[in-house]
Amino acid sequence: MMHASITHILAGTSFRRERLLPMNGRVVVRRGQLVSPIDVVAEAVLSPEHLLLDIARGLDTSAGEADRLLQCKAGDEVGEGDILAGRLGIGRRVVRAPYPGRVMVAGEGQVLLQLDGQPQELKAGYPGLVVDQIGERGVIIETTGALIQGVWGNGHINYGLLSTQTATPDALLTVEQLDVSLRGTVIFGGICRDEQVLRAAEDLPVRGMVLASMDSALVPLALRLNYPIVLIEGFGHLPLNTQAYKLLASSERREAAINAEPWNRLAGTRPEVILAAPSQAARPLHVTGTDFSPGQTVRVVSRPYQGQVGTLAALQPGLSRLPSGLSAPSADVRLENGETVLIPLANLEILI
Amino acid sequence: MPTSLVDADLILALDIGTISTRAILFDVVEGRYRFLGAGATPTTADAPAGDISEGVRRALDQLEEITGRRLLGPDGQLAIPALPDGTGVDACVATVSVGPPIRVVAIGLLEDISAESARNLAATTYAEVLETFSLNDKRMTATRLDTLLNLRPDLIVVAGGAEGGASESVINLLEAVGLACYVLPREQRPEVLFAGNSALVRSVKDTLGNLASVHVAPNVRPSLDIEQLAPAQPALSQVFRQVRARQMRGIAEIDRWTGNRLTPTATAFGRTIRFISKEYAQTHKGVLGIDVGASSTTVAAGYAGDLTLSIYTQLGLGSSLPQMLRLCKLEDIQRWLPVEISNNELLDYMYNKAAYPANLPLGPIELAIEQALACQAAHLAVRQAMKAYPSALPRVLPEFLPLFEPIIASGSAFTHTPTRGQALLMLLNALQPTGITTLAMDRNNLAAVLGAAAAVAPVLTVQSLDSTNFLNLCTVISPVGQAPFGAPILRIRLTTEDKHETNREVKYGTLEVIKLPAGQSGTLQLTPLHRFDIGLGGAGRGGSLKVIGGTLGVVIDARGRPLRFSADPGRRREMHKKWQALFEA
Repeated sequence: MMHASITHILAGTSFRRERLLPMNGRVVVRRGQLVSPIDVVAEAVLSPEHLLLDIARGLDTSAGEADRLLQCKAGDEVGEGDILAGRLGIGRRVVRAPYPGRVMVAGEGQVLLQLDGQPQELKAGYPGLVVDQIGERGVIIETTGALIQGVWGNGHINYGLLSTQTATPDALLTVEQLDVSLRGTVIFGGICRDEQVLRAAEDLPVRGMVLASMDSALVPLALRLNYPIVLIEGFGHLPLNTQAYKLLASSERREAAINAEPWNRLAGTRPEVILAAPSQAARPLHVTGTDFSPGQTVRVVSRPYQGQVGTLAALQPGLSRLPSGLSAPSADVRLENGETVLIPLANLEILI
Repeated sequence: MPTSLVDADLILALDIGTISTRAILFDVVEGRYRFLGAGATPTTADAPAGDISEGVRRALDQLEEITGRRLLGPDGQLAIPALPDGTGVDACVATVSVGPPIRVVAIGLLEDISAESARNLAATTYAEVLETFSLNDKRMTATRLDTLLNLRPDLIVVAGGAEGGASESVINLLEAVGLACYVLPREQRPEVLFAGNSALVRSVKDTLGNLASVHVAPNVRPSLDIEQLAPAQPALSQVFRQVRARQMRGIAEIDRWTGNRLTPTATAFGRTIRFISKEYAQTHKGVLGIDVGASSTTVAAGYAGDLTLSIYTQLGLGSSLPQMLRLCKLEDIQRWLPVEISNNELLDYMYNKAAYPANLPLGPIELAIEQALACQAAHLAVRQAMKAYPSALPRVLPEFLPLFEPIIASGSAFTHTPTRGQALLMLLNALQPTGITTLAMDRNNLAAVLGAAAAVAPVLTVQSLDSTNFLNLCTVISPVGQAPFGAPILRIRLTTEDKHETNREVKYGTLEVIKLPAGQSGTLQLTPLHRFDIGLGGAGRGGSLKVIGGTLGVVIDARGRPLRFSADPGRRREMHKKWQALFEA
């Protein structure tokens, strides 16, 4: 049996997500608190600035003598102008803190000062309940709703009411569709091949965009935009799979949260769209690994059937010869159009 | 009991790649190591498993099924040494390439000398050099500290100070490192590898000892004009293991199985190439190895036991694929394609492949794209690696690939092609060898694990370097010179053992094949025309030599160096198809 990768497209589920700073900081929510996707859950100064002050030179003395004249120690918070070292008294030579900050090291004639910086904020990313705190790094959020996992995201987070702008799974999203009524919504579009569409959406502005696919040439622009974009299928002219299409198309005016964080397989993060749903419809998310077996609903993730959903009809024994001439463990997949095709297992993922 | 010739009978080799994990078993049969079987499963570094040992155990399950041997003990651990009931193995070796490049900051005294050597050392493992500090840059200590805190490197490689020429300046450069380690929580502190003046080791340890984990390697720049990377590589491998163990679950366990000899795949691959280069020292040419994988492309060049190892993590065929476009244009990839695909389609393919790196090409168009990408990765990697090769290496012209014998290709991009001809054409296009060389294929992708095995069972390595594992594709003759297309540039006479003669006049711009059955020997009489150089001692010089037939016979690549393609895309594609057809015949 071959270990299978899984993508979730679920109408109603409940699941938990860790939201972590890359380093220790300050968690600003408490256990039991309800959060929206854009609420800040933790913050930290990720790129602090430092000043190394030569106290000995400032006091015109030796390092040893400067250490004896220190008026601060590691861990002290200091304000601008506070005396760091020197003899106290009128007219005495002293070294003052040029900016407010925190003394990190003091000794050997030097003081390392970490300047107060603007903390960077970690957003919740998901609507839900804070069920746990992970030290000073972040929280675990439990959320309930419809879940659609994507293939690519541009790193942003937001939420808003979903507005469907595609009549079919493969419709092109055009600039003409983006009128002022879409301001503040999350747009569900089909395929985007025009950079003007992305720019117009920013001008409105929209709160997010969920697409089946997008030209890869638009990636640099998409990364510069300030609203989240999630691709459900990938790059090029790929129609949306029917499961995701039905779910999104039937969710008009429902609240959609987009966490467009990049897909990091090692870290286990990927772009996700959560549609608000009544909690009683939820069933817990299946997160453990699984093997391929007949009867599973699968999605093909490579050309020429990329994005098509089907049923795994049979696992082929041993290696099968593909049209490319390569041999690989493969399965017969019955696509929704009735066609049965041979697909290598490496190019399939299970839809749950 | 082990035989008198070998250190251990039953040897398990694990190869943990980005896409798949393999478990390979060797045993001694009639005094020689034999391949018993292999199991392969997808690597399980990714979520939800998030533990490479799970994939290893699945591969071992397969191996147990195939060989009928029990390898895991009742506790679920690999039994080493083997238990009295026969469960287990005598030794385990492993290579690993899965994981993101380790993040490195290089420090040296002078930007173009020791700092460059620090960068070069980092480039011999799966690493990305994010920043360099040297005396040449005038940043203040606090600015360097901020840079380190911002970048969060996994490793800091420090070089500097020629032997006998101690310099306190190296210690001064470490001030920011010490402060960064002080400020960072212990679990986020970088490892520090000092490969500078050995007289400074104590000072470095005194400066950083309590704050950072300091590793010491032999000086990579013992004098101003000598760079020695190879002696420092074992220490770098050790640090790599530690960083990976911190990043990935399961690494530490597998490392224990190997007796703390888990080796980066590229390092192990380089070890095998170095070993082969000793065997081929009498040719006075180097041995070139190229391995194109999902995480990186590795180029290893050995010259009589000296190795130049270059690893390009931005040239992998997996999740980093779009990064290739930082080094070339889409048109550079298009030139290898025999099928018509727009630049947009090609770019989309690269991005989709990055999202699903394990995907296999389903049809001929996808296969052509994958082969073009592999070709470009190999081409870029070799062009870059060549810059570090010793100038004394024999070569036809300085701008072309030096003379190598043999050239060995590894990695599934080459070894899993539907036909050997496709692999050969990719190699000829990507590497553009000159003179006369043998092209060989590591057909079971064992070169790296054999390199790892050399540490515990050198006999296994020696005995496995044969045609069972290294398939002779062909002898290729690549004349270099100037002539009008279509002009005769080389006369060839091949005389087989049974005195059968084949005569050929090769025209400039062509690719030709002379049949010589695999394993059969023959004598080539070569007469270059128009002062073409075939690597036999100068322009216009010919001669005779013995050759052994490869799978594809003897190939004459008279297409010129560097390869030039028609500006007309349709004509260029037709040429590719014609060349492919030549090897399919």
